[in-house]
Amino acid sequence: MAAKTLTIDGKQISAFEGATVLQAAEEAGIPIPTLCHLDGVYDIGACRICLVEVEGVAKLLPACTTRVREGMEVRTDTERLRNYRRMILELLFAERNHVCAVCVSNGHCELQTLAYEHGMDHVRYEYRFPKWDLDVTHRLYGMDHNRCILCNRCVRACWHIEGAGTKNVAGRGARAHIISDLNQPWGDSESCTSCGKCVDACPTGALFKKGATAGEMAHNRAKLEFIVTAREKKQWIASE
Amino acid sequence: MIATISNTKKNRLPEILEHASGDKRFKILEAHMKKHQFKHDALIEVLHKAQELFGYLEDDLLLFVAYKLKLPPSRVYGVATFYHFFTLKPQGAHTCVVCMGTACYVKGADKVLAAIEQAAKIKAGGTTPDNQLSLMTARCIGACGIAPAVVYDGTVTPRQTPELAVQHVKGWIDHGN
Amino acid sequence: MVIDDLNAIAEAERAARKKYTLRCCMAAGCHSSNSVAVKKALEQAVKDAGLEDLVEVRGVGCMRLCCQGPLVQVDPDGTLYEKVRPEDSASLVGTLKGGTTHVQKGDPNSPFFTEQLSIVLANSGYIDPERIESYIAADGYRALHDVLREMTPKEVVDEIIKSGLRGRGGAGFPTGLKWGTVAKTESAQKYVICNADEGDPGAFMDRSVLESDPHSILEGMAIAGYAVGANQGFVYVRAEYPLAISRLQNAIKQAKQRGLLGSGIFESPFTFNIDVRIGAGAFVCGEETALMMSVEGKRGTPRPRPPFPAESGLWGCPTLINNVETFANVAPILRKGADWFASIGTEKSKGTKVFALAGKITNTGLIEVPMGTKLRDIVEKMGGGAPDGAPIKAVQTGGPSGGCIPAEALDTPVDYESLASLGSIMGSGGMIVMDDATRMVDVARFFMEFCMDESCGKCVPCRAGTVQMHSLLEKILNREATAADLQRLEELCQMVRDTSLCGLGQTAPNPVLSTLRFFRSEYEELLKKETAHNGEPRAAIR
Repeated sequence: MAAKTLTIDGKQISAFEGATVLQAAEEAGIPIPTLCHLDGVYDIGACRICLVEVEGVAKLLPACTTRVREGMEVRTDTERLRNYRRMILELLFAERNHVCAVCVSNGHCELQTLAYEHGMDHVRYEYRFPKWDLDVTHRLYGMDHNRCILCNRCVRACWHIEGAGTKNVAGRGARAHIISDLNQPWGDSESCTSCGKCVDACPTGALFKKGATAGEMAHNRAKLEFIVTAREKKQWIASE
Repeated sequence: MIATISNTKKNRLPEILEHASGDKRFKILEAHMKKHQFKHDALIEVLHKAQELFGYLEDDLLLFVAYKLKLPPSRVYGVATFYHFFTLKPQGAHTCVVCMGTACYVKGADKVLAAIEQAAKIKAGGTTPDNQLSLMTARCIGACGIAPAVVYDGTVTPRQTPELAVQHVKGWIDHGN
Repeated sequence: MVIDDLNAIAEAERAARKKYTLRCCMAAGCHSSNSVAVKKALEQAVKDAGLEDLVEVRGVGCMRLCCQGPLVQVDPDGTLYEKVRPEDSASLVGTLKGGTTHVQKGDPNSPFFTEQLSIVLANSGYIDPERIESYIAADGYRALHDVLREMTPKEVVDEIIKSGLRGRGGAGFPTGLKWGTVAKTESAQKYVICNADEGDPGAFMDRSVLESDPHSILEGMAIAGYAVGANQGFVYVRAEYPLAISRLQNAIKQAKQRGLLGSGIFESPFTFNIDVRIGAGAFVCGEETALMMSVEGKRGTPRPRPPFPAESGLWGCPTLINNVETFANVAPILRKGADWFASIGTEKSKGTKVFALAGKITNTGLIEVPMGTKLRDIVEKMGGGAPDGAPIKAVQTGGPSGGCIPAEALDTPVDYESLASLGSIMGSGGMIVMDDATRMVDVARFFMEFCMDESCGKCVPCRAGTVQMHSLLEKILNREATAADLQRLEELCQMVRDTSLCGLGQTAPNPVLSTLRFFRSEYEELLKKETAHNGEPRAAIR
């Protein structure tokens, strides 16, 4: 594979052809914040947290879906970007009911961590206080829609790693929400294999293992990438 | 990528399939799917046909479509709820669609809608308790030259006023004929 | 089918013409004003008068002056009758024998008609959209023949590039360039899609073209298919346009029967088929990547570009997407030459543009004018100004993605760059006139509500940002907002414009930004004074 040379935040780096800006930056030790990105499943560029500036391109581009180009000049940490990221986080906090103090993922939450990192000490937008349900009908897991940020990671894990197709997004706009099968209680789902990959994929406390109380629910996100890599590279197939 | 739901735990499907075998509409629907060779990309066309046949898309019908097209039910439900055109609830015997496109709006469609809402005592998107009238709004029906337009039971009617509109739906609200 | 067959059909069609033709508009506007019954009554009246050998009653596509429908025009003298009722038919037919009629007469020599220049709508109002012979008699499918028999695909692409045609769907991307990219991308399978998901509220140009001249779209698509190397086309039409769908399906059937679609067209090796896909009510599906998802039978959510559809589109194959009006320009360009087309319009915007003129204006309907025509000429001269002579306040173009152009700027020529410089866009061609009674903040709220409802929910700025912008606009309209709220609204507008995934979100703030630019005082009048308590709402992360 050919290598490409590019500049990220003034630092000259090289990356494999076909790599995303996010992968290139990660390898070079330059952090770019993400939310809907998850190692192991394909990227959809939905959360817009990883937007970066590219010299010569008028639009902001998501680092997770933009491929590296020779001579590309990328900026990941300008004032405008930090400002926009904070606004996006505020929009997410105002959109549903995120109450960190009583959340099972308090301290292990990607949304919370990003909010701290971006100095989000208050929300300038009106809290919507929507009424969303809690689904604890599944034997092992629960889903609290109040904490969902619609990053779609559970859906992608369910379809592309487990292959069950249980989870999906229904509705649209502000009414979009995650469903199981025909919008049934999770416990009644006929396609769910109870594998728990969706739970490990979740960046917040929306999906959790039953029995976890505030602050206890740490997701094992690396496990998903481990499974995918093992499968793709056929690491577990005995070669005699 | 695609799982079937043929080996389900709860087994609602045999019941649905048995019911379907005695209902001609399911046969027509299946023939329509066959015309599209049961292809996944025909899902929207199939849902159009299903709604045309049954009036609305109830859960069992969606499950039937999912089974026949070999799609996960969550995909079918996700698509059915994405598009405005599909309804998962039964509609009234009569429908009244008020166009809320820009041309209609600046010519007073909001007042027409408000008048019907008041007369029928329902909000846009609702159906009267006796199931006689469903009131809906449309984004733009492209009849801007004759704005404001209202569609009564499928017939586009030009230049509506609050009075004309109320007069039109009055019969459906009062004695449900 | 060979060229002689095509000529024979055209000849037969022309030979069958009678001394008089009563053209009766059957497009959506007149259709809903009972034109079907009018046509039937006219046919009966002709029979009753024993004039069947002299008079043809022809159902035609849009005759443009929708507000006066149903319209009937008499050939050869061009007398135009307005608001015709079925019971008027006897007296109307009677005029052909020297009788008189009380039916309201329109003026075909008024500026509304004479200022128009028709390329896209050239056949509209003249040919019968239900009969392929009628299109062939108007030189239909001749361009397809010449392209297949005499030109290489590259020559076709070059001709389109030379014409300067730009996409009529909104952004104005050079059409030839797009065709060239698809043509150059290597793939065993490519697709051509016609975007007929005309979702802008207040726009009905594409609907009229489909209803009035469906074969021109099929011919344009087939030529595009040959130029880029595709053998399958899709027309994606809104479910809200049943008449357009049925005419399109009818046209495809006829073209197949005549061998003008299918395999070996005009005895060349070229194969091209077209299928209709019906939308299901989602504005976002006008965005090309969302549209392709919908054609694949999925939720119509857009995806980031690149990759552009020209490289990776429908089912991952190179795909050419153009809108209805763009395809309608293709056959005329190849028939009359790129130089002819490039001689019309302005330096950067070539050809004509069809607009749907509606709102507070005397003459509502469809117009086609050369690019560069002044807005004032369209609104005042052709449109006749606001009814009752009320002053015009603004013209809205581009629907929810566009902006409001104030009356002071009416001398702006209509082209892509001029409209963009005013914070609006050409859009697909909806043009809504607003008078003094229209409150601009209310208009901004109307469009924001539209975008909020139509947001697919995939990306955060559009999904959550439109909700917040809408609630701030409501707050302003309720006189509960402060200057800090207005500032917050402006910041949100910029952020949503810069960070949203697709065109819907990126342009959703346009109606707010453009009304803020030209009508800021209307916002400020609604603000209440700032006090110590209604500054920034403070709420720590809980």
